[in-house]
Amino acid sequence: MFTSVDDVSARLAETGYLASPAVATTVFLAGRLGKPLLVEGPAGVGKTELAKAVARIVGARLVRLQCYEGVDESRALYEWNHAKQLLRISAGRDEAWDETRTDIFGEEFLLTRPLLTAIRGEEAKVLLIDETDKADVEMEGLLLEVLSDFQVTIPELGTITATRRPFVVLTSNATRELSEALRRRCLFLHIGFPDEELERRIVRLKVPEIDAALAASVVRVVGALRAMDLRKAPSVAETVDWARTLLALGAGTLGETVVRDSLGVLLKHQEDVLKAAAKLDLGAL
Amino acid sequence: MRIGTGETVDAARAVEALGLADRELLREGLAATLLHGSGGRAVFDPVFDLYFPRGVGGPENPPADREDLRDRLADALTAGDTSLLGQLAIEAVDGFGRYGGGSPGSDGWSAHQALDRIRPQTLLARVRAGILAGSGISGFADRLLDDEIRRRIEEFRRQVGAEARRRVAERRGRDEIARRAIAPSADRVDFLYAGRDRLAELRGTVQPLARKLATRLAARRRRAARGAIDLRRTVRGSLSTGGVPVKPVLRRRRPVRPELVLLCDVSGSVSGFSDFTMLLVQALHDQFSKVRVFAFVNRIDEVTGLLRHGTADPEGLGARIREQARLTGWHGSSDYGVALGEFTERYGDAVGPRTTVFVLGDARTNMSDPNLPALREIAGRARRVYWLNPEPRAQWGTGDSAAPAYAGQAEMHECRNARQLAVLISRLLPV
Repeated sequence: MFTSVDDVSARLAETGYLASPAVATTVFLAGRLGKPLLVEGPAGVGKTELAKAVARIVGARLVRLQCYEGVDESRALYEWNHAKQLLRISAGRDEAWDETRTDIFGEEFLLTRPLLTAIRGEEAKVLLIDETDKADVEMEGLLLEVLSDFQVTIPELGTITATRRPFVVLTSNATRELSEALRRRCLFLHIGFPDEELERRIVRLKVPEIDAALAASVVRVVGALRAMDLRKAPSVAETVDWARTLLALGAGTLGETVVRDSLGVLLKHQEDVLKAAAKLDLGAL
Repeated sequence: MRIGTGETVDAARAVEALGLADRELLREGLAATLLHGSGGRAVFDPVFDLYFPRGVGGPENPPADREDLRDRLADALTAGDTSLLGQLAIEAVDGFGRYGGGSPGSDGWSAHQALDRIRPQTLLARVRAGILAGSGISGFADRLLDDEIRRRIEEFRRQVGAEARRRVAERRGRDEIARRAIAPSADRVDFLYAGRDRLAELRGTVQPLARKLATRLAARRRRAARGAIDLRRTVRGSLSTGGVPVKPVLRRRRPVRPELVLLCDVSGSVSGFSDFTMLLVQALHDQFSKVRVFAFVNRIDEVTGLLRHGTADPEGLGARIREQARLTGWHGSSDYGVALGEFTERYGDAVGPRTTVFVLGDARTNMSDPNLPALREIAGRARRVYWLNPEPRAQWGTGDSAAPAYAGQAEMHECRNARQLAVLISRLLPV
């Protein structure tokens, strides 16, 4: 899949994803060892983006399973197309019972959902299981079979094993502790906030019109905010948004007024805004 | 840390795939295969540094002059050059961290001593002047500068620590240093001995812990909501199908609203513990319909009102409690007997048959009367009473500890770190 760690970084960078060494190394290993990759970290640091970028660089189709509370087998794995089955039965009224029975549990009546889609077929795929922590514990049990053996068991059809293993990325915001069994099957990657230099490059890549000095001060202010112990620290996505906002406001440099007026782009809680304003000495809001 | 054979095999395959040429790649590769969560990283990195050291022995050039080193350090801090800082850390430990002399076993390298001689924190003004002179940073960004420089100095201190550990490990053996000199991960830090900076880390572990507990409790409550089969209504329902009970009717449970009462010792001797439990209490606040929290040293006062939901200010909470509640009488040391007595007297009605009471404290009464009847009375009224004691079990009953006496009245558990607390709370909390 990849020849080296540098190869991963270079190809990711081509698609506009600047990866830290840790990210590139883990992606390389996940490809080499054929293991799923569990990515944790705060919201907005590019976990989902990573999966999309990997799909782009290996030219694979992205199959996405968005988890939520209550996502179940029929949403994640497969479902029988009951309507079609009924039509089939009523269309063949004068058939013998045995023919009908075996017929309606064929592939034709199977609705494949993301997990089954990802392991079937010959084309290369990236399976993204997004926000795994949002799903219930029962769902994890379902994932275990897919993640360790890349197979799915359908009682009526038997076990379907992947002929071509998908590249699997699971993301989690750690709102719930994932089970030890699930973690053991994955390589673990924690994406934190990037260091200053990397974040500057990200800002300049995503907002090309920004000049270097402004980008540098944007990143410095965000860095200071992150060190502040807020309820929600600004993420990379918000840094980029802020840079865009500043451009739209026509601010050439960071001044007290501009920062005060646009702090809402970075911080999502009023108490955080107040705390930051006090710390940065911005005067009354 | 639990690392099984599977992980070892993966790690070996990772090493094979990555090669040994690049140390940082190797570090990330091993971390990805051996760790399963972000909590282990703080332990993994120092251990990695010990077993895959950057080099052996000291630097080749002769020990630097102190002022010269400080000059170069100021320059490196001004430039924010991390690798140069690493170089200087090596020189600093080599030149100024050495203690003891001659006799083997009594000498070594001390990060503390090296930092004490070099005093990097005193370079702040100089570095700031250097940065301001070097670039035209505007008036606004200037405000961030001090904190940034402090972070760089902190990084240097960390590197000095790692370097000192490496040098000591060369002398005494890696295994011993790995066992003794590397701080445990945050959830295993003893509450009573957690320093100020470790407490900040502990705080980081409590947020996910509270969320974890919340989801687990919600799941348990969801399951518990489905009751047993209601035979009477099932049979009545079966009349329409000729007496065949097709649809079992489940007894619907009356939702029990669990109540929680916490009595927290907030005296100085257990401050690390109480700060931490307060945080947890705050997090559980919206999980339970009724949580009442009482704090005491030798007088008891209700502090529920101070734990408003959503105020993310753990730092201020302990201070606010000490400030606004009447917790001490005419002396400042804790007195469980008086506090428990006052509780039954003033707030006795807070405890009812549905209440679970948690007492959090070390049960050290400073030689005063433990007032067992008061605890017995509380236990008689409440559904359950649990006592969480932050001291190791072996110390219960030593000195002025009344732990064994109290343990006779209420179930007492040892609760020394975040991990134990998580296990206990999830096991003991009512659903």
